[in-house]
Amino acid sequence: MAIWVMLIYLPIAEVSVNAVLLLGLGGLVGVLSGMFGVGGGFLMTPLLFFIGIPPAVAVATEANQIVASSFSGVLAHLRRKTVDLKMGTVLLVGGLVGAALGVVLFNYLKAQGQVDLLVRLSYVIFLGVVGGLMFLESLRALLRTRSAGGAPARDRRRHTWIHNLPFKMKFRVSGLYISVIPPLIVGVFVGILAAIMGVGGGFIMVPAMIYLLGMPTKVVVGTSLFQIIFVTAFTTLLHATTNFTVDVVLAVLLLVGGVIGAQIGTRIGTRMKAEQLRILLAAMVLVVCGKLALDLLLTPSEIYSLGTGGH
Amino acid sequence: MGRWLVLLLVLAAPLRAEEVVLGLSRDEVAITATFDGSEILVFGAVKREAPIPDETDLDVIITLAGPSERVTVRRKARVAGIWANVDAVEVDAAPSFYAVLSSAPLDTALNAVADLRYDITIPRAIRSVGAPMTVQDAEAFTEALIRIRERAGLYQVLENAVDLEEDTLFRGRVSLPANLTEGPYSTRIFLTRDGSVVDVYETEIAVNKVGLERWLYELSRNRPLLYGLMSLAIAIAAGWSASTAFRLLQR
Repeated sequence: MAIWVMLIYLPIAEVSVNAVLLLGLGGLVGVLSGMFGVGGGFLMTPLLFFIGIPPAVAVATEANQIVASSFSGVLAHLRRKTVDLKMGTVLLVGGLVGAALGVVLFNYLKAQGQVDLLVRLSYVIFLGVVGGLMFLESLRALLRTRSAGGAPARDRRRHTWIHNLPFKMKFRVSGLYISVIPPLIVGVFVGILAAIMGVGGGFIMVPAMIYLLGMPTKVVVGTSLFQIIFVTAFTTLLHATTNFTVDVVLAVLLLVGGVIGAQIGTRIGTRMKAEQLRILLAAMVLVVCGKLALDLLLTPSEIYSLGTGGH
Repeated sequence: MGRWLVLLLVLAAPLRAEEVVLGLSRDEVAITATFDGSEILVFGAVKREAPIPDETDLDVIITLAGPSERVTVRRKARVAGIWANVDAVEVDAAPSFYAVLSSAPLDTALNAVADLRYDITIPRAIRSVGAPMTVQDAEAFTEALIRIRERAGLYQVLENAVDLEEDTLFRGRVSLPANLTEGPYSTRIFLTRDGSVVDVYETEIAVNKVGLERWLYELSRNRPLLYGLMSLAIAIAAGWSASTAFRLLQR
């Protein structure tokens, strides 16, 4: 039994946790992110709350972990030239502004004692919306494949209100000539999410890039990873310098488990159908969302909580 | 000259008829990466020149207090169906750790006057000045602070936990939990007779993070930017080497 319990004292979180549990959690989320091709930050951060890591430390540390776990992915996409660097840079500028705004909001609410609520509420809303939409979408796709005949292909070059905005710029890799305003706004939004929730934001950015900006699917993942890696790195530094909440020991343990898990997950993923995978992921997102929502709605066993420092 | 000395001794003697002589199993606690709590044995003897007075009861009380800090106690209430922090009370100074051990139940080993003077029991060890006007029941917040910390093993009241033999030798054991705040832990030993303090002995135990833990913690506070950059570099290196190692293993 002893090898399953190896307590390790996290220097920044200032709690003693089981290192094997952390490696296992990293591995589990890694398997899922490999299977579904998602970052996994949106699953890892709530799991860290559940095992007793303070939310502020969980969010900041998760940002650190995402930088590292996205690193080899970005390199691979750069090698394959599936990154629209110009679009990535515009998204990144927005992202940096968003991350800064997010950290300011985070620190303000931390001083008010409301940061836990902010983080948990953001998770409930986003996991609920994303999980719900994904569930409906994949259910519809499953039914459609049964009744044969695919949906009509969507023309991504369709003319919409987005094409009437000023400050147009040519994005050669994506083959687009659009205003920089929509990508900037998408970037800001994702940056705020990164700072508050400790997620890369791929699950919001990828659909936005495809449906809102009309980017070709081929460059979407590489470009979003390019933005994510810099925005989460910036977020990590902001949290490290203002809140002192980045725990490098925690990040490394989660990461090592995560990298190995992701390799296993990728292999399982290739053996399953895309629709089945999507519906499974949606179900899981909804379960985590439900657990977080219950914690907010049910009467807690202790209504008092302690915060050190004060103002 | 000789007469003065005799007089001084006579005056001094009743005040210090019994004194504490102390030993500690350790005077420092090191928080390492694998720290999961620690135990401190406090032992000592009562030194006296005269025979043991037997008309009053002798007791020993040991307190161990971590560094005091300001604590904000928040209370949740339902707001639009959701439990959110609504009220807050600042406690000016509360020890991060506090243990009281005694050789008899505290209400016999200690009287109220002595507690007021030496701040021995947990409620006395916490200093709270004023609550905001909006909060009516400020005591509930201090009670909650004590309750939460008692549940976490940070506040301990251990009556009858001091062994006192022959009214002379005593020892008590304090177990420290894993989530300790570092700093000087002040240790006090009180000798009481019928609840009044006859002697106090004070010393300190240093609780410090050591090695890698200490280095990382200090770096994160003193050079946060450098720490942040280092965290990124370490994480990237660890992630990259783990995936490379895994890929090599596959071949």
